[in-house]
Amino acid sequence: MLRRARRFLEFPFLPEVVAILTAFLLGLLVLFFTGYPPLRAFSALFRGAFGSRNAFGQTLTQATPILFTSLSFLLSFRAGIFNIGIEGQLLMGAFVAALLGTMIRSLPLPLHLPLALLGGGLGGALWALIPALIKTYLGAHEVITTMMMSYIASYLTSYFVNYPFKAPGWVAQTNPVQPTALLPRILPPTQLSLAFPLALVFSVLVFYFLFRTYLGFQVRAVGLNPEVAENRGISVASRQILAFLLSGFVAGIGGAGEVLGVHGKFVDGFSPGYGWDGIAVSLVGRLHPLGCILASLLFGMLRAGGMTMARVTKVPLDLSLIIQALVILLIAAPRLIRIFILRKRGL
Amino acid sequence: MAFALQVRGLTKSFPGVLANDHIDLDVEEGEIHGILGENGAGKSVLMSVIYGLYRPDEGKILVRGQEVAIGSPSQAIRCGIGMVHQNLTLVPQLRVFENIILGQEPRRGIFLERQKARRRIEELLHQTGLSIDLNARVRDLPIGLQQRVEILKMLYRGASILIFDEPTTVLTPQEVDQLITYLLALKKQGKTIIFISHKLREVFALCDRVTVLRRGKKVGTCAIKEATPESLAEMMVGRRVLFELPRGRKPAEEVVFSVEGVSTLPEKGKALREVSFRVHRYEILGIAGVEGNGQTELAETIVGLRRVRQGKLVLNGEDITYLSVKERIKRGLAHIPEDRHRRGAILDFTVMENLMLGFEDEPPLRRGLLTLHFPTLQEFASSLIREFEIATPGGDTLVRTLSGGNQQKVVLARELSHPVSVLLACQPTRGLDVAATEYLHRKLLELKNQGKAVVLISADLDEIRALSDRVLVLYEGRIIGELSPESDEYQFGLLMGGKSLAS
Ligand SMILES: Nc1ncnc2c1ncn2[C@@H]1O[C@H](COP(=O)(O)OP(=O)(O)OP(=O)(O)O)[C@@H](O)[C@H]1O
Ligand SMILES: [Mg+2]
Repeated sequence: MLRRARRFLEFPFLPEVVAILTAFLLGLLVLFFTGYPPLRAFSALFRGAFGSRNAFGQTLTQATPILFTSLSFLLSFRAGIFNIGIEGQLLMGAFVAALLGTMIRSLPLPLHLPLALLGGGLGGALWALIPALIKTYLGAHEVITTMMMSYIASYLTSYFVNYPFKAPGWVAQTNPVQPTALLPRILPPTQLSLAFPLALVFSVLVFYFLFRTYLGFQVRAVGLNPEVAENRGISVASRQILAFLLSGFVAGIGGAGEVLGVHGKFVDGFSPGYGWDGIAVSLVGRLHPLGCILASLLFGMLRAGGMTMARVTKVPLDLSLIIQALVILLIAAPRLIRIFILRKRGL
Repeated sequence: MAFALQVRGLTKSFPGVLANDHIDLDVEEGEIHGILGENGAGKSVLMSVIYGLYRPDEGKILVRGQEVAIGSPSQAIRCGIGMVHQNLTLVPQLRVFENIILGQEPRRGIFLERQKARRRIEELLHQTGLSIDLNARVRDLPIGLQQRVEILKMLYRGASILIFDEPTTVLTPQEVDQLITYLLALKKQGKTIIFISHKLREVFALCDRVTVLRRGKKVGTCAIKEATPESLAEMMVGRRVLFELPRGRKPAEEVVFSVEGVSTLPEKGKALREVSFRVHRYEILGIAGVEGNGQTELAETIVGLRRVRQGKLVLNGEDITYLSVKERIKRGLAHIPEDRHRRGAILDFTVMENLMLGFEDEPPLRRGLLTLHFPTLQEFASSLIREFEIATPGGDTLVRTLSGGNQQKVVLARELSHPVSVLLACQPTRGLDVAATEYLHRKLLELKNQGKAVVLISADLDEIRALSDRVLVLYEGRIIGELSPESDEYQFGLLMGGKSLAS
């Protein structure tokens, strides 16, 4: 009996499972005390997330951008960098992709689409390069600089689509992307596009990079103990810049995926904070690419289900955001605090 | 005789490791009880269980005859048990006084009764004869004094059974002597002390009785009067240990590595001033000196982490002054850093990852443009684990969970896994048990007898004198003299204190 109890306690994902169950339970309580019918709301939430082909497509669609951004955060974090400007890198990537998608005409799809995607990635990478260089050469901490760059990107892209690149009409958005640059939809009528499988491919690539290549190994060494890495001849600055670039690249691809896969253009304010969610998702996913896949599915489900729930019951979308916040509070926050304390103590 | 602390049948296992296997321990009231054993014998785990950091799988603990359940350090403190860890747990920004009362602030209502606390501490200082400035900030204190704060903190909490887990590995020889004096004074006041160390000299100076552990089991307890260094070493290791190794052949004429008039800037530490020396083939060159006289800076300069302002470094006839760390490694410069946790090994990497560190970007470990070749890696790691007898469940075990000696073996194995022309060994046996020390000394001599050059920087004069062919003394960033290892201790003392022999 005791043996069995102990084995249960050693189940590796116990903290996550307990936290998620607790979050849902607390969510139920919130519903109960605010006078909504808890069970009806929850069944709507689950139906909205998995209940049908379309619901499932919706969940995957919602999971896609946060899978990209969580991978982005993971890449920087593994190098000991705290890139919290992913939102900005995502926006810049999205905007470059939109530009390439709209401006270039008469290029065949096999060329145009990859070009637009790649442009998106490079846009994000370039935006990450600036804080990377500032950190290396001026020593300013990336938490400040990436955040500032993020605001700049947000206002800058907003300005672009409100003025110089605005499509005719009332809405602040660019012209539609050429059909040759659109990511094909894979589960019509949902918005699920090739961006999702692409995100899965990127998860595997990130895994491969970190755990199977020597550069990834060096990045991890730098992240865990820069002094030892330096002592073994690994250039800390260059590996951190590399991680920054890759992190920005992945975030940029994430943004491009939204433009080319979901909206078909750059719409002002299209991101409800995917970049910020990525940080939490990454931590819930234990800073591991495969964990990120699972965690982003969870968050995607909460978003997709929450929207359905808001539509069929009167429970606002905020409920699923509350659950999401609880998951973050119960898993990600303690983890982050632990990591910081250990770092402070130099362990 | 009354027993202060008794342990019965205590067992503690970790996945794949039986760290403590039915251990019995009897510590008499008012004695200093030594715990000896090789690296990984289970000493720290045993102490951590007694202090409530780990829960035992089986067994019980009795304090003054009463069985107690110790589930956490605060319960241990309530039972009168205090522990000074190897890594100190003070808050560097706070003052000594604040650190001592932290967590046990006396208060009336919501107000701190600072005066009362202060009086109690001053009383304690008076009783124990310890002296320290209560207003100093902990971060400004040398490590020896920080340890003293830790001791006071324990006494302030009313501990009467004091556990010291390798308190001397972080201290300079002078600080060790002071600590020994204090511990004897504490004993005189009736405190019971458990003392862990690998240095038999300290054990003989302090302990009344010792208990020896080997591979998680208790070998026995004996009175120190009936023991000799040889007998204790044999109990620990299970075979005879040689304290004096044959030194081997004389150095050759050929210079392998030379430092020529090197000066550095005093950024973060002591500046080196016109340091010059040569190391020859078949030679171990010892660098002695009181710690903090430029040893760290000299090592960092040789490795390539510190910029040279003047002078040059020459390895095998090639000027390496401006080469990167990486280039120096490639040319056969190996390095055992003084602080293996800060510079040597990455604790959250596996044994294999630590072994490959610095070699990962070249064939055969790398295949193709970027990819690591795992079969080769595993083969590389397991052959090193075998050759250097690293005690680990496997290559994919985290280095954090290895004992200190085995962590050091991982570093050594990595550094010697590729062709070496000169090895820079800094405090290489700090924290190592007698067997691992003997092993490391053997390796250094083996290297020398293969025609390599070794620079040995150590605060342990016995070690320097036992191994070196020549000894230089470093003082205030300068080499102030050369001695032969046979010179007497008085001469070493003079030079290390900064008095050159000529004057
Ligand atoms: N947290 C842990 N997880 C897994 N194994 C552990 C852990 N702590 C200790 N061990 C293992 O338990 C054994 C005993 O370790 P312990 O630290 O007690 O050795 P020690 O006698 O203190 O050695 P040293 O002299 O090197 O400090 C070792 O094999 C070690 O690898
Ligand atoms: Mg220990």
